[in-house]
Amino acid sequence: MIAELGHYALMLALGLALIQASMPIIGARNNDPVLINVAVPAALAQFVFVALSFGALAACYVTSDFSVLNVYENSNSAMPLIYRLTSVWGNHEGSMMLWVFILALFGALVAAFGGNLPDKLKADALGVQAWIAAAFELFILMTSNPFLRIADAPFEGRDLNPILQDPGLAFHPPFLYLGYVGFSIAFSFAIAALIEGRIDAAWARWVRPWVLVAWMCLTVGIAGGSYWAYYELGWGGFWFWDPVENASLMPWLAGTALLHSAVVMEKRGALKVWTILLAILAFSLSLIGTFLVRSGVLTSVHVFATDPRRGIFILAILVLFIGGALALYAWRAPLLKQGGLFAPISREGALVLNNLFLTCACATVFVGTLYPLALEALTGEKISVGPPYFNATFAPLFVPLLFIMPFGPLLGWKRGDLLGAAQRLILAAMLAAVAIAAGFALNRGGPVLAPFGVGLAVFVMAGAITDIAERTMILRVPFAVTLRRAAGLPRSVWGGAVAHFGIGATLVGIVVVTAWGSERIAAMKPGDTIDIAHYRLSLDAMFRRPGPNFSDLVGHFTVSRISGELRGPMEPSRRSFPSRNMATTEAALMTRRLSQIYLSIGDPNPGGTIPVRIYYKPQVLLIWIGALLMFIGGALSLSDRRLRVGAPRPARVPATLQAAE
Amino acid sequence: MTRKQRRLVLIGSGLCVLAVAVALMLNAFRDSIVFFNSPTDVAEKHIAAGTRIRLGGLVKSGSLTRSDNLKVRFEVTDGSHDIVVAYQGVLPDLFREGQGVIAEGTLEGSGMFNADTILAKHDETYMPKEVAEALKKSGHWKDDYGQRPATVGGGGK
Repeated sequence: MIAELGHYALMLALGLALIQASMPIIGARNNDPVLINVAVPAALAQFVFVALSFGALAACYVTSDFSVLNVYENSNSAMPLIYRLTSVWGNHEGSMMLWVFILALFGALVAAFGGNLPDKLKADALGVQAWIAAAFELFILMTSNPFLRIADAPFEGRDLNPILQDPGLAFHPPFLYLGYVGFSIAFSFAIAALIEGRIDAAWARWVRPWVLVAWMCLTVGIAGGSYWAYYELGWGGFWFWDPVENASLMPWLAGTALLHSAVVMEKRGALKVWTILLAILAFSLSLIGTFLVRSGVLTSVHVFATDPRRGIFILAILVLFIGGALALYAWRAPLLKQGGLFAPISREGALVLNNLFLTCACATVFVGTLYPLALEALTGEKISVGPPYFNATFAPLFVPLLFIMPFGPLLGWKRGDLLGAAQRLILAAMLAAVAIAAGFALNRGGPVLAPFGVGLAVFVMAGAITDIAERTMILRVPFAVTLRRAAGLPRSVWGGAVAHFGIGATLVGIVVVTAWGSERIAAMKPGDTIDIAHYRLSLDAMFRRPGPNFSDLVGHFTVSRISGELRGPMEPSRRSFPSRNMATTEAALMTRRLSQIYLSIGDPNPGGTIPVRIYYKPQVLLIWIGALLMFIGGALSLSDRRLRVGAPRPARVPATLQAAE
Repeated sequence: MTRKQRRLVLIGSGLCVLAVAVALMLNAFRDSIVFFNSPTDVAEKHIAAGTRIRLGGLVKSGSLTRSDNLKVRFEVTDGSHDIVVAYQGVLPDLFREGQGVIAEGTLEGSGMFNADTILAKHDETYMPKEVAEALKKSGHWKDDYGQRPATVGGGGK
C-alpha cells in the first residue's frame, strides 16, 4: 500500500512539475500575474509530493518490505537500521529518487525564500527548474520505477552491496547530490536571465548564495567520497582519477570558477556573459556526471545495472538541456549589456586568471575522462587514461593558479598595485622559502619537486593569513584596534581567507603523503613482526568474530615505536557476507596527530600466512581537514549579512549600480 | 589603456593559458594512454615487449599458483589464447578463478605478462565491460553471464 502511494505521489509530482514548467513562463511573457503566481505554490506542492514519494520508499526500506523488488534486491532485514535507510540511495532507482527529492527541495527553497526576487525572474527560474524536475521524474517513472512489486514476496532480501555498508555512504551521496543539484538553481536563473534578455549585478547577488551552498556540499561530498575510498577499498589511495571521481571534480572546478566570477559580477557588474556561461556549464557538467555514473558506460564500483534504455534516456535529457541552454546562450547572450571596465592588474584581473586556469584544468579533466569513451564509440579501440595523464596536465595548470591566489585578495578593484601586493607577501614568501629549505633538509630519497610543493602550500596558507593581517593592520595599530577591525571585517572576507587556507592545507597533505609516505606488503603469520617508518607491528593472533549479517576474520596487531614505546592494538579484518558470497577488506587505521598507520589484510594463503599491507601516511588527514576548512569558509561567507539581506529592491537596482561605477 | 586594448589583453592571456593546456594534453596523451587487449589481440597484433597495455579476459580455472613473497601466477584466457600473468602483491577482493579480470603491465620477450596492477572492479554478478565484449568477439561468451540478475548494486559517488 505504501509503495503504491509513493508511486502515485510521484506521478502527481510530475503533473505539478508540468504545470510549474509551463504556466509561470507563459504568464511572464504575457504579463499575467495570475499565471506568474502559480510558480510558488506549484514548487511547494511539487516538493510535498516528491517528499511523500521519497518517504514512502524509505518506509518500505525501514520496514523491510521485500514485496517491493527494489527493497528485495538491495536490503536485508539483518542489516542495522542505519544501513537499511542508507540503502535507499545505494542503488540506481533510489539514488535517482534522492536526486529528484533534492531538486524539488531546492525549488521549494527558492519559492519559500525568494521573496525579494522580481516576480518575472522568479517565475522563469522556477519554470526552468520544473523542466529539469519533470524530465527526471519522467525518467524514474518510465525506466527506473523503485516501487515495482514482486508477485511472490520473498522471505529475505538480497542485501546491500557489502562495500556500501559503511557510515561513509550515509552522507557522501546526499552531499554530492546537494552539490550537483544545487547548481541547477544557478542554471535556472541563468536561463531565466537569458529568456528575459536582461541581467544586472543584483542577479549575481541572488544566485551567489545558492552557488555557495552547492559548492560547499560538493566539496564535502567529494572529500567524504575520497575518505570513504581511502579506508574502505583497502589500498590506501585517496584519489584515483577514476572517471566517476572526475565526474564530480568537473562540476566542482566549474562551480569554483562560477563562485569567483559571480563576485566580480556582483561587485563590478563585469563578466556578465561569462558568468552566465559558467552557470550553464557547472550544471551541464553535473548532468554529464550523472550520465557517466548512471548510464553504465563506465566500468566502476559505482555503475549500477546496465539497462541501455536508461542510458539513452539520460543522454536525451543531457542533449536537450545542455544543447538547449547553449543554443539559447548563443542566441541571447549578445543582448546582455557590457559591464564595468578594469585594468589587467586588478582584483578583477586576478579573478579572470583564476577562472582561466580553473576552466582549462576542468577541460583537461573533461578530455581525459571522455576521450576513451569517444574513441571507443568511433573506432572500437579501447584505451584507458590513467593518473599519469592527469598528473601531467592538471598539476601544471593548478600550480600557477595557486601561486597567484594570495595576490588576488591584496589587489584593489579596477586597478591594482602589483608591487604593493608583492611587498605585503614578502613574509609569506620567506615562510615558503623556509619550508622549501626544510623540505630539502628532510627529503631523504623523496622526489625533488616535493619540497617546492610544500613551499607553494605554505605560501598559499601564509597568503591567506596575510590578507586578514593586512585588513586588521595587526602590529601596526594598537591591539584593541586590530580586534575591532577584525570584528568589523565582512564575514565573506573571513570566509575567503579560511577557504584559501584550506586549499593550502589540502595541498600539504597531498604532497607530503605522496612524497614521503611508505608502503610494505608482506605475508605474515602470528608471531611475525614488521617495521614501517618508525613503527613496529607484530601480528599476535588471528580469530573469527561474528557480526549481524557478516563474519570477520580478524588479525590482531600490536603497534609500538621501534624504540619500544607501546602504541596500542590494531585489528584489520576480512569481512565475508554470506548473503552475497562476497568479502570486503576492513582496514584498520591508527591516527597519530595528523598522520596515520593504515593496515589491511587479504585472504589467507594455504600455508597459514596472510598477506598484509601496511602504509605509513604522514599528514594524510590534512587532505580532508583542508576540505573541511573550505566548507567552513563557505559557511562563513554564507552567513555574511550582505548576502542574506543585502539584495536591494528590484526597482532600485539599475540606479544604484550606475552610481557605483 | 583603451577598452579595445584591455579586451585584447584579456583574450590574449586566455588563449595563452588555453594553448598551454592543449600542449600539456597532447603531450600527456602521447605518453600515458594504455590500450586494452584480449589474449587473442596480443597473439595477433605482435605487441612489442615493454609496451604498457591492459590485458583482459577470464582467469583460467585451476591456473592460479601462489609462491613466496606474495608472488602469484595465473593464466588469462579468452577461450582461444592463454597468457601467463605474473604479479606480486595482494590480489583484489573480487579476484576469483573463472571470473573476469583486467591486468595492467608489460609483456616480456618470453610472452609472459608482467602485471603491476590487477583490477577486478566488479562484483560477483558483473563482468568488466571490456572483457565481456572481448569474449563476445571471440565467440566464448556464455549466455548465462548476461542472464545474471539485473541489479548489481554499487555506490552513489
